[in-house]
Amino acid sequence: MSQKTYRDALREALREEMIRDERVLILGEEVGVWGGTYAITRSMFTEFGSKRILDTPIAEAAIVGTAVGAAMGGLRPVAELMTINFSLVAMDQIVNNAAKIHYMFGGQIRVPLVIRTPAGWGQLAATHSQTFEAWFAHLPGLIVAMPGTPYDAKGMLKSAIRSDNPVMFIEHARLYGIKGEVPDGEYTLPLGVSDVKRPGRDITIVAYSRMLHVALGAAEALAKDGIECEVIDLRTLRPLDMAPVYASVKKTHRALVLEEDWTTCGMGAEIAARISHDRFDDLDGPVERMGQVEVPMPYARNLEALMFPDERQVTEKVREMLS
Amino acid sequence: MTVTKAEALDWLRKMSLIRRFEERAEEAYGQGKIGGFLHLYIGEEAIAVGAMAALRPDDDVLTHYRDHGYVLARGIDPKRVMAELYGKATGLSKGKGGSMHMADAKHHLWGGYAIVGGHIPLATGMALANQYLDLPRIVACFFGEGATNIGTFYAGLNMAAVWKLPLVAIVENNRYGMGTAFERVSAVSAVYQKACVFNIPAVQIDGNDVLAVRDAVRDMAERSRAGGGPQLIEAMTYRFRGHSMGDPQRYRSKEEVEAAKARDPILLWRRSILENRLATEAELQAIADEADAEADAAVRFAEESPAPGPAELCRDVLIPEQESDVPEDLS
Ligand SMILES: Cc1ncc(C[n+]2csc(CCOP(=O)(O)OP(=O)(O)O)c2C)c(N)n1
Repeated sequence: MSQKTYRDALREALREEMIRDERVLILGEEVGVWGGTYAITRSMFTEFGSKRILDTPIAEAAIVGTAVGAAMGGLRPVAELMTINFSLVAMDQIVNNAAKIHYMFGGQIRVPLVIRTPAGWGQLAATHSQTFEAWFAHLPGLIVAMPGTPYDAKGMLKSAIRSDNPVMFIEHARLYGIKGEVPDGEYTLPLGVSDVKRPGRDITIVAYSRMLHVALGAAEALAKDGIECEVIDLRTLRPLDMAPVYASVKKTHRALVLEEDWTTCGMGAEIAARISHDRFDDLDGPVERMGQVEVPMPYARNLEALMFPDERQVTEKVREMLS
Repeated sequence: MTVTKAEALDWLRKMSLIRRFEERAEEAYGQGKIGGFLHLYIGEEAIAVGAMAALRPDDDVLTHYRDHGYVLARGIDPKRVMAELYGKATGLSKGKGGSMHMADAKHHLWGGYAIVGGHIPLATGMALANQYLDLPRIVACFFGEGATNIGTFYAGLNMAAVWKLPLVAIVENNRYGMGTAFERVSAVSAVYQKACVFNIPAVQIDGNDVLAVRDAVRDMAERSRAGGGPQLIEAMTYRFRGHSMGDPQRYRSKEEVEAAKARDPILLWRRSILENRLATEAELQAIADEADAEADAAVRFAEESPAPGPAELCRDVLIPEQESDVPEDLS
């Protein structure tokens, strides 16, 4: 084991899969000569050349559409969208082509495609600070992965590339620099499996991506007062693996869902509905959720800081739920 | 003429089959046996038939939703096409696609797509795969003139041109997108002129002349196959029926439609065959009868086929992960 960044873990996954399978190629804006806007593909252009690392024009619909077509034609493309904000330009290709082609033609055609893209923010204002994961998780025919740690990022990206299904692989710009244990040897992690990141008996906190770290920070703080939170990382948002969540709620009888997106019609609503429906009798109170304030992202630093629940707010919420 | 008798009659047979097939589909729609949208290909048959005659059987084809003609022109069993229209389990897409989504992957027909222009980048991608895998295949992508004002047309063809991909775009200019005459909504109404923004070769041809279509597609396909990059063909034609079913056609006069029918592609080709003494009237009548019989048999097959069972509803949404990454034959 060694400590690696989320960014390096992703690059290792891409490199290993490109070496393993010649059909894997990467296409996107600035992925080649520049080395990736967030340096995920740094120096890969030199290693793999312009046949396998394709710099594209600024044309997200064509990036995704071309990747879908290349997948239909026998390749295993990894398309990078510079940030998830630009996925909107490619939405028709994702919704109507990537997610539907297998079903719509009666199972004749496979689309083994990965779309990698970071969510994130940092005084980037309203159009450049979005997440949208619930929009994608809404779609039958798509797998939506959203790993929160370097270990998960690498193992899940390798599985995504090997999957014959279209996978929306949502990263987070604010996680690229975090470090974590990543084994040196080959490993993969299954898609569609949630993970208990911290065991506890008093309350269940469900989170994913960056909010996982907020959850873990809050759990650490609460532990000092003897409150033991069980933190569950969804890792994949579609298909959803609820089993660890249900097992946890059976113990704790309380659940809080954290998301970075707006809560209306979001992942928290989905998780709350499922727990309430399937495990109503296990609950001692309503499932709570915390997410982004329901306004477009402002630029000013102080206002931006008010947008997301932080560790302190989460600990307060937990205390309130337990009181 | 530069065609053999066998070719000439084969093309007439296919055009007649498409015509008769569409007429039978129209009847079935009137009887409520076919639902949803039904975009007929009547009047445009020469394009699909001429193009398929020029393409190799393993060239990849993607089309828009007015797609029955391409599938029949490629020689796919009309029974399975009609069964798809009827929403039956024996249909090409198991009854899950319908009129607008015909595919037969084994025959390199990669589907009909119903979001205008949405399949153009897919064609770019399939051409990229062919180039990447060093396969001698080209991609033929069909769409209406209405698709040349949407972003994916520009984004998709630009990328194909930048990478010099083996792609032939075949634009069927039938003059109307639904009820809107093209020149009312397109700053440039000669589609072939739009190819200049990609710096790719383009021609405008008579899309009602099956031989002209065959020749143009053959030339452009071979040029593209030889590394010449994407090519664009604008085939001028006219649709004799409404856009879909239930189109009151207020946007054009009966006189205009009747005048266009004087250039019916089937009549033109029939006349040409007779003038060149490639066949007798009796032989041509036999072909028409054959088309009738084939279309009738397709209807019978569709009527008698079972509907998809309820278990089909949730099948083929996602592929089980353990079935993924099977090593494929790339040849
Ligand atoms: C993006 C999009 N917008 C609108 C429609 C509705 N629509 C379906 S067909 C059509 C006209 C298309 O005309 P054209 O591309 O010339 O093809 P034609 O139907 O004449 O064969 C329209 C507007 C659609 N399917 N997709």
